[in-house]
Formats: sequence, C-alpha cells, structure tokens
Amino acid sequence: MARSSTAVARRSSGSSGRTAKNGQELSLIIHPYHRHDPRSQPPYLYPPYRITPARSPRKPLIVLPHTLSEITGPVYGHGDITETDNDLTRQHAGEPLGERITVSGRVLDDNGRPVPNTLIEIWQCNAAGRYAHRIDQHPAPLDPNFSGTGRTLTDAHGNYLFTTVKPGPYPWNNHPNAWRPAHIHFSLFGAAFATRLVTQMYFPGDPLIPFDPIVNSIPDEKAHQRLISKFELDLTKPGWSLGFRFDIVLRGREETPFETKR
Amino acid sequence: MKPRGKKPDLVPIPWQTVGPFFTITLTDPRPLPNIAGPDTKGERVKLVCTVFDREGAPVPDAMIEIWQANAEGKYNHPDDTQKKPVDPAFLGFGRMATNGEGICAFDTIKPGRVPGRGKSVQAPHLVVGVFARGVLKRLATRIYFAGDPANDEDPVLALVPKARRATLMAQPIAGEPGAWRCDVHLSGKRETVFFDV
Repeated sequence: MARSSTAVARRSSGSSGRTAKNGQELSLIIHPYHRHDPRSQPPYLYPPYRITPARSPRKPLIVLPHTLSEITGPVYGHGDITETDNDLTRQHAGEPLGERITVSGRVLDDNGRPVPNTLIEIWQCNAAGRYAHRIDQHPAPLDPNFSGTGRTLTDAHGNYLFTTVKPGPYPWNNHPNAWRPAHIHFSLFGAAFATRLVTQMYFPGDPLIPFDPIVNSIPDEKAHQRLISKFELDLTKPGWSLGFRFDIVLRGREETPFETKR
Repeated sequence: MKPRGKKPDLVPIPWQTVGPFFTITLTDPRPLPNIAGPDTKGERVKLVCTVFDREGAPVPDAMIEIWQANAEGKYNHPDDTQKKPVDPAFLGFGRMATNGEGICAFDTIKPGRVPGRGKSVQAPHLVVGVFARGVLKRLATRIYFAGDPANDEDPVLALVPKARRATLMAQPIAGEPGAWRCDVHLSGKRETVFFDV
C-alpha cells in the first residue's frame, strides 16, 4: 500500500529501530496531522441551528498533541465492499425514480497527496425527498427501489465513484418554512482517528443553500463552496447520467515527524 | 481533466452534522458492538455508554465510535511501529447508534498501555468519537478506567484540570463484573471533557 512518503520513513525507522532488553521500543516515530483552521469549520454552538444549544459543549476543548492513539485508526480492505455497494441504482429488483447521477472525485490530504484505500460511506434521501428511515415522517413517497445507502474504497490514486439518483430537498422543523437543500451525506476515515470526516455534499445552483443554517454554521463563506459539487460534462455519461465532481481534502501530516527516544 | 496550472484548494473541507438518518448506512447494516471476538486476548470488559444533552436528557439519535489498542498496547495499524504483536482477532474499532434511552454498549477488552509523547506511557484508554444530530462536527473524548494506578502518570489526563478528570473515567457497575458505565454529557454541569484532536 503506497501511502505517501511517510510510508518510506516508517519502514526505514522500523528496520533501524533499537529494542531494549525488556522489549520496550527505544524509538517511535510520531507524525502528527495539521490542525484545522477554525474559520473553515463549524463551531459546536450555532443557535440558528436550533438544537445546537442543547447539544454543544461550552467549556473550551483541551488541545491534545497527537499520540499513537490519534495517528492510527481502522483500516479497511476490499473484502469490506460488495459489487453494488457504490451503485445505489442497482441494489433492488427495479430502478429507482429520479435523475440518475454519477458522483465522483478525488480524496487528497492537505499536502496534495492522494488518500488511497480509504472507506467512503454515503447516505441520502430519494428523489422525492424521503429517507428510507423509520423516523422520517415527511409525506413524500418512499421508493421501493431505493435505500439511499452506499460505500466504496478510494483507489490507489484516491479516486472514488458512486452512481445514484439526485436526492430531493425536504422540509424540516428547524424554523418556519425551513427546507434542507438537496444533499448527500459523506463519511470518510482517512488514515487515522485524527483524519475522520463526516460532511454533506450539495449541488451547484441550489437556491436553498444560502438559507441553510447547517451550511451557514461555517464562518468562512469561501469554505461553503468546498461542500458544493461541480457539474462536469466529462463525468456525464451520454444518454445515461449527469456527472458531479466532489473532491474532498482531508487533514494531512505536519512537515516533520518527531522521533521519541525511549 | 481539470484545467492545468490552477492551484488546487488544499484546505480540508468542513464538517457537517451526521443528522438524524445516518443509521441507514453507518450502523443498521453493520453494527459493531463486539470490538473483541471470542479469540481476542485480554481482560473482557463491557462498556455501557449513555449520551446526555444539556438538560440531562438522554440523546436517542447519537452515534459512538471507539478506537483502541489490543491487550498488549499495540494498534492494528501500519503507523504503530512498536515491536509488539498484533492480535489477528482484533481490529480495535467499534461503532453503535444509541437507542431510545441514549444507550449503546460495546463488548471489548481492556487495552494495554501505549506510549505517549517523550518518555511517557499512557494509561489504558480508548479514543472515542461522539456524533449526533445537532453536533456539527465530531466530539472527541477518551475513556479511562477509574482506579487504574496508571492514570496518575497519564500524560493526556495531566492536561485536564483535576476537577474535570472524573468525566473521562468509566466506573465499574455494581453487581456486573467486567461492566463499566461511561457517561457522555454533551453539555451542562457535568459536561464531559472533549479534546481538540
């Protein structure tokens, strides 16, 4: 598995690492991840998203310098994925209703290196704006041919692709006449506990985006654009599906690892 | 093809809440309550986690993710270069949604000690991610075991004001050997310590 130049550093440190008589490691390479720019991320408390006051901590977070516990995380393999997992239009006997779309992109770290073999999980409502979930009471029809759930692994270059249908917007009870813009939920692991990301992908030109408190919770408006996919003719399959590109940048490693003498 | 010469935007993209419907992909098809299987080595523990909101009400639509080392204190990950054995019967990852009472439980083993920074050694702990509708980005915390003598020399606990350390301690459940209670208070008087990871 080629996971950037750090993999090389790791290997060489492993071969030259010395071990004390009691079996304790004498040296260990810790290569921490960059911290987020707070303006590019939502805060926890954002009262226009009405439930956040009940569910957000008020005490300042404690900054935790990364240890082995934060720079490791679950590793997945191709055995975790089945053939139709990334094609949400082929998971039932018939085809789902709605606009068939291809959603594809590349997962990179913030150093510009691809993130290979990482698990991406998605979930979404159907074309009418209804989730196949027992608590969704929106009076729009369920689609017996659509579950709205998908997963895939990025390839060696960080690329991924899903085939699905375009989700519909739907009302929610956050404030009077509140509607969520059409979106697909994305969950990614990256290489470590520190790189975990759950986000939502939106569609270009959606008039509901500027009214959405979940998008607007992100202070830097430029960062909102990073959540909006781009229509791309090159990803559009003639006579078949519209193509949307959604590239995802995860946290990358700091410039220099440090070695711990033990 | 992307236009050449355009500098890519290399700022990590923003978090967004998991919302109320994540279970259809993240937990219902593949719940992971058994972090340890029958062949996993180590001292069996059951972690009973309850998530509470600011008013002390249970949160019925939260999700907890757990990542931990094996009984020897080794992570099943290529960046853990310690010369300790990986347990082939142990990945170390668990994930569950809370039920109507805000509860989810994990069957696992007590992790061994892993190195901290410098010469420090961390006390047995699990790293924990808490997600929920209304939680705009993951809340990161840890679970330690109350009464473990190694807690006194743990370098991460040392960063936490003494009065708040108890919020990170799992407490043994009376009458249920091996079972530990882990309460997560998102907010309020008993607010759990969360980390900027």
